[in-house]
Amino acid sequence: MNDQQTYNYTVVRQFAIMTIVWGIVGMSVGVLIAAQLAWPVLNFDIPWLSFGRLRPLHTNAVIFAFGGSALFATSYYVVQRTCHVRLISDKLAAFTFWGWQLIILSAAITLPLGITSSKEYAELEWPIDILIAVVWVSYAIVFFGTIVKRRVPHIYVANWFYGAFIITIAILHIINSAAVPVTLFKSYSAYAGVQDAMVQWWYGHNAVGFFLTAGFLGMMYYFVPKQAGRPVYSYRLSVVHFWALIFTYIWAGPHHLHYTALPDWTQSLGMVMSLILLAPSWGGMINGIMTLSGAWEKLRTDPVLRLLIVSISFYGMSTFEGPMMSIKTVNALSHYTDWTIGHVHSGALGWVALVSMGSLYYLIPRLFNRELYSLKLVEVHFWTATIGIVLYIASMWVAGIMQGLMWRASNPDGTLTYSFVESVQAMHPYYIVRFLGGAIFLFGALVMAWNIWKTIAGAKPAVGTIPAPAAAH
Amino acid sequence: MADFTSGFWNFYIIIPTVLGIVACFLLIRWLSTDIHPDQEGKEMDHVWDEDLVELNNPLPRWWLNMFYLTLFFGIGYLLLYPGLGTFKGLLGWTSIGQYQREVDVADAKFGPLFKKYAEMDIVAVAADPAARHMGERMFVSYCAQCHGSDARGARGFPNLRDNDWLYGGDPQTILQTILEGRNGVMPAWEAALGGETGVSDVAEYVFTLSGRKADEAAALRGKEKFDAMCVACHGADGKGNQMLGAPNLTDNVWLYGSSKKSVMETIARGRNGNMPPHRDFLGEEKAHLLAAYVYSLSTGQADEQE
Repeated sequence: MNDQQTYNYTVVRQFAIMTIVWGIVGMSVGVLIAAQLAWPVLNFDIPWLSFGRLRPLHTNAVIFAFGGSALFATSYYVVQRTCHVRLISDKLAAFTFWGWQLIILSAAITLPLGITSSKEYAELEWPIDILIAVVWVSYAIVFFGTIVKRRVPHIYVANWFYGAFIITIAILHIINSAAVPVTLFKSYSAYAGVQDAMVQWWYGHNAVGFFLTAGFLGMMYYFVPKQAGRPVYSYRLSVVHFWALIFTYIWAGPHHLHYTALPDWTQSLGMVMSLILLAPSWGGMINGIMTLSGAWEKLRTDPVLRLLIVSISFYGMSTFEGPMMSIKTVNALSHYTDWTIGHVHSGALGWVALVSMGSLYYLIPRLFNRELYSLKLVEVHFWTATIGIVLYIASMWVAGIMQGLMWRASNPDGTLTYSFVESVQAMHPYYIVRFLGGAIFLFGALVMAWNIWKTIAGAKPAVGTIPAPAAAH
Repeated sequence: MADFTSGFWNFYIIIPTVLGIVACFLLIRWLSTDIHPDQEGKEMDHVWDEDLVELNNPLPRWWLNMFYLTLFFGIGYLLLYPGLGTFKGLLGWTSIGQYQREVDVADAKFGPLFKKYAEMDIVAVAADPAARHMGERMFVSYCAQCHGSDARGARGFPNLRDNDWLYGGDPQTILQTILEGRNGVMPAWEAALGGETGVSDVAEYVFTLSGRKADEAAALRGKEKFDAMCVACHGADGKGNQMLGAPNLTDNVWLYGSSKKSVMETIARGRNGNMPPHRDFLGEEKAHLLAAYVYSLSTGQADEQE
């Protein structure tokens, strides 16, 4: 069959499978470092196994390897299907796949060796940063080139979000990673002092806003209506919340630097924009959940749809929690505590991981012309994931608020009631609960991997014939 | 405000902020206009990927109100607090001002208590259980990072409970150490001692000073070198010199480790011990209480209260 009459499913399949592989790797490292916090002996006095080096490995693996592969897989699938054309270049798409895997591999080697730029979520050293920029620009060319070539007049809403994510991440990555190389493995940031901190958190918060939010909203806008078999709830809402979200997110970074050397005016702006961000975020949640109106009964029978809907609920919860934590008086208590870790994981496990997993349950069988091996196992996955998340975030809420209160408690004579190490000691039981929550979540991911393996084992890759665009009705 | 190198940056902040918030208003006003009753809740005119369609539903009213509320709050906040470039906000609030107010309140409340102890002799303060408790709480906040929460020190950081003082353990000296800091420098001797063998010989001799087993021949050779080069600081008898912070080498206390390897490293490469000054950070009154607490550690008083 002529290439131009079929979709490029090869690159989608590759990224989809690697999403599961990297997910399990990244989450396993997460469970290990959670155990190290509860039982420090598990650092084994081996530098490359120590918490300080494995923590960036965990974050890079789950965000960029797992989340990144999920975004590549779904965006390549969605952009083709909603534009009714094949990706503009198979070669460039293949380059993004192999390039991205090479980046992940380099991260997995350099981070345990302690090679780091020490910028959070941007730890990779400059040669890898350059490779990321090259792969990312290629990704943008494939994605937007395909949009340009589309055979339908309108650009589907999912593509707005994918597009915003791709453009913004390019800008953020290139500006934040600007550095002066000293050797092959060492560079110094182009910025100094509080400016460096501000650029870093402008990047850091928008890694959350665009990589982990906008990109995954793109995923939601395709896979939720598809799985539910229902129309998107409100076109108007998608327009408003898209523009408001991408405008507002980019300002929110300074709330990571409340009560620091950052000037007061910058902190205020960061807080105000973070609060305004609540409504645009919830716009996405409403649009996702209300897409089910008229099909609520499907939640009872379809565990894949349930994964997707619960992910949107966690999205709504974390995007309420975020603006709340950005308020300076709340931040004075929550900053530097495990509450932040809990907040991040309600977004990362609850929203990002679940929406990806739900989408993969929809996507992978279609890439191999198979039915999902077992819905029962999806059910098991759904419950283990949900219980794992709840244990994780509830323990971190308690731990975080307790830390915040212990650090500010003072005696009648004005001295602090607790030393820092006493607050560390008090964390121990919560760290164990968090470890259990993470381990249960990982178990769910392993169940998924088994289910997917049984689904695709021995299957022939599916060929996606491009249907004619529907006539307007 | 020093954040702005020219007036341009002021407007660079104000204009996009104001325009952005206005644009949010206009956007939601524009898309919350009434939908024709024939079209409300109906499918829009485009279809993607065979069956993807969108409904023409209005923005939820409660959501819209929430959006307006946050926008109004934002405007109000930016009027009251600094945010719009160099505009200081109607309340004149600054974070440094808030900090200063909180410090002033604390000073007014706790100042008299600190002052009372500051006027007492350190030995007398050390005898007061309440004062010792305050000192202990401050110690675990400010000093424990290096000296440990039990004050038993760590490698390179002196144990404060063992009555072995580098600079002297009388109350005034302890206070001086806390306020002004100390810088203990042991130079590197490898070259002067003629390489590894010389270093090893001196290490063997140093072992004999505190009665440890040593290679006698090597120690004898080491003594010659010790008498020539080390006595200036550590003294002929190896008992050190508190004026210089040169450690007593006869007491079997090893700040950087007692193994031959560690001792050789100390001699060959030198050491640089640094106790930072705390006068600016803590002030004299707090340092006074801390000195009393540290002094009480060496007298055993600190443990009585438990």
